[in-house]
Amino acid sequence: MNEIRQVPIAPGLFTWPSDHPRLLGSQCAGCGIYTFPRTGCCPKCGLETLADTELANRGTLWTWTSQSFRPKPPYDAGDTDETFKTYYVGYVELPGQVMVESRLLVDDETQLKIGMPMALEIVKYRQDGDREVMIYAFRPLSA
Amino acid sequence: MNDVAIAGIGLHAFGRHDGKSEADMAVFAIREALADAGLGWNDIQYACGASKDGRFADSLVSRLGLRSIPFTNVSGGCATGGSALINACMSIQSGLADIALVVGFDKHLRGMFGLNTQEWNVDSWYGEIGFLTTVQFFAMKTQRYMHDHGISHDALVKVAMKAYRNGSLNPKAWRRSEMDYETIANSRVINLPFRQYMVCSPSEGAAALVICKGDVARRLTRKPVYVKGYALRTRQYGSLEVFSPSKPLENAPSPTTIAAQAACEMAGIGPDEIRIAQVQDSEPGNEIMHMAETGLCAHGDQERLIQEGNTGIGGSLPINTDGGLMANGEPIGASALRQVYETCLQLRGQANGRQVPNNPNSGLCQVYGAPGVSSVVVLQC
Repeated sequence: MNEIRQVPIAPGLFTWPSDHPRLLGSQCAGCGIYTFPRTGCCPKCGLETLADTELANRGTLWTWTSQSFRPKPPYDAGDTDETFKTYYVGYVELPGQVMVESRLLVDDETQLKIGMPMALEIVKYRQDGDREVMIYAFRPLSA
Repeated sequence: MNDVAIAGIGLHAFGRHDGKSEADMAVFAIREALADAGLGWNDIQYACGASKDGRFADSLVSRLGLRSIPFTNVSGGCATGGSALINACMSIQSGLADIALVVGFDKHLRGMFGLNTQEWNVDSWYGEIGFLTTVQFFAMKTQRYMHDHGISHDALVKVAMKAYRNGSLNPKAWRRSEMDYETIANSRVINLPFRQYMVCSPSEGAAALVICKGDVARRLTRKPVYVKGYALRTRQYGSLEVFSPSKPLENAPSPTTIAAQAACEMAGIGPDEIRIAQVQDSEPGNEIMHMAETGLCAHGDQERLIQEGNTGIGGSLPINTDGGLMANGEPIGASALRQVYETCLQLRGQANGRQVPNNPNSGLCQVYGAPGVSSVVVLQC
């Protein structure tokens, strides 16, 4: 029987498969800052003293917007102009670490408010043949 | 170092020009600038040109005359034209040339800019996941700014109305009809808080400047406009820039802030002495934020200035007097030079129909481009 394979949209962005997925970033041994995604050269101090690190899976919504029209390629969600649905993007502040740009798992803008707590999820983005392409995203944390 | 003045300005109308190539428009602007300076192509000793999607600027020499002069091509996102002007200013200041030409031009396809990740130092997933659009980023930056500094949606609409009002007074603008509040506010959502009639579109156009040493300019024209200060700056760690998968927790001044401080310092004037400004206004959020980032007002003051009408042509701080990006559209290579063209008209007292009153004698022009670069010039007469 055909087995569905789940593939991250890019290697090294997040741990997957995992019961407790985490975003993958770097921390600089020189100045202590965090980056996302992983990088080899510290953008603050310029040293190549970064180590891979797992980032927090909870954060606070710092800002957001809607994407209400289908972008041109390289956008690729497997949708068409007819099937396109507005999606939501924001920056989520991971405490003490870094803010990450992320898709937001909400149905409409009334569910988004700067300052609200968010939680990381790994979700299916599109189907490529027998593969499910997975992305990271954040969902409002229910009280 | 030599001082730098603008002796000639030229601009091909912005908009959609089917049947004209970007080179046609560039040559038009160049010839207009040369005529305005009372010079010919044979007087130009150095040239610098900018185009994002058009042919290499230096290839224009085949239509102007092959004289083996140095001709540099530059690029820098939406700050490209500013980068070209600054490059040419350095040729004058250093003594490399007495008279130089700057040209910027573009003819973009319809619809939002199509971008590719390789150009912007992000990996392909970033585009696939739907983050690679500039307006989306500016909407996020604006939302946070509105939250932090109490800017209203009403102010966004009024900034757009002003853009179209000023455009209606500018015969070389693309959008030349005023638009009323409801039409803008109720147009379809693009990226909240921005609606369709708030967002500038890519367009076509060209602008050119003849710049020269101050003493040469004074022989050519009774009213040279001096480039008293200029600065091109890239981003610092900590600022929020377009196409960034992450942002540090610590904050840093934006490239616009740093460039404006440096340009004003070079000019020897404070931003409070600036009488008119053209700032990057790809949508109203950017106009509002850049008013403060350039130091023209304090963060949060924009709301009051806009509600009082003080950013209009008759106000205390006229902003984007030719309609800006919203009314002219964005041919990337040309926009920064369009700002300088407009400021020169205003400082010379030649902005018929949209002249800022009381003889403004200093202006600031600012552009910002991906991936976090800004050029600012300070002009005085």
